[in-house]
Amino acid sequence: MGNAAAETNDPVMDRNLFNQWFDDRMAQREAEHVPSMTIIATKGTLDMAYPPFILASTASALGWDVSVFFTFYGLNLLRKDLDLEISPLGNPAMPMKMPMGPDWLRSVNMNIPNVLMANMPGFEKMASGMMKKTMRDKGVATIEELRSICLEADVKLVACQMTVDLFSMDQAEFIPEIDDWIGAASFLPTAQKADVSLFI
Amino acid sequence: MNTEATATLDARGLNCPLPILRTKKALNVLEPGDTLQLISSDPGSVKDIDAFCKQTGNELLENNAESGEFTFIIRKS
Repeated sequence: MGNAAAETNDPVMDRNLFNQWFDDRMAQREAEHVPSMTIIATKGTLDMAYPPFILASTASALGWDVSVFFTFYGLNLLRKDLDLEISPLGNPAMPMKMPMGPDWLRSVNMNIPNVLMANMPGFEKMASGMMKKTMRDKGVATIEELRSICLEADVKLVACQMTVDLFSMDQAEFIPEIDDWIGAASFLPTAQKADVSLFI
Repeated sequence: MNTEATATLDARGLNCPLPILRTKKALNVLEPGDTLQLISSDPGSVKDIDAFCKQTGNELLENNAESGEFTFIIRKS
């Protein structure tokens, strides 16, 4: 009894066995692990609606568990009627290009002074319309399409209760597929356990 | 071009991330071992489809680029 115990307690032997077992367990754990991602979506313009929905839908296609928390202007992305617009004003990185005409014209970046953009009525409507046309022409999905793909793929869309109260909105203005109406304290524990967590 | 694929998905004209999303959807209805032929015109899909297959465990059997079109054969795991 004493001898057998001494043999198995050989520290070098045990370490090798342990390392082997540990590596196997870790590999097994990694193989069984379902990656997860949480996104906090805070912007409600057309251009900023894309990143959360593209990342969420793609992650779901990769087999990840995804939840997106929509807060402040991000809540606009969950409206029944999506009427998203872009604002070129104060957005100097946004290219201003024509979605029609010959190729040389389409590639010209038009520098329109802020003072013009700010004073021309309907400028944002026009810029939004041109952006939507460009996206359609280039085969980029609409936000509605990406959102329904997310819902089909069981991406959890959760909404910020405080935002609704703050801006005197009504829950009935938003899609019924919203998983839950919650606050920061309910979302953070989910984010804490996620492999990837993004603020957009 | 391989014509023996179980199913074909034409994703030409679609941009990121739609080729990936449609591929995932097309694979969902196939049986393990079945193959899917994907045709895409999105240059980004070359790296994305490779990454998608690695992550999801499906096997990328072929990956051809010809005159702005990309053809992939994926075997469902």
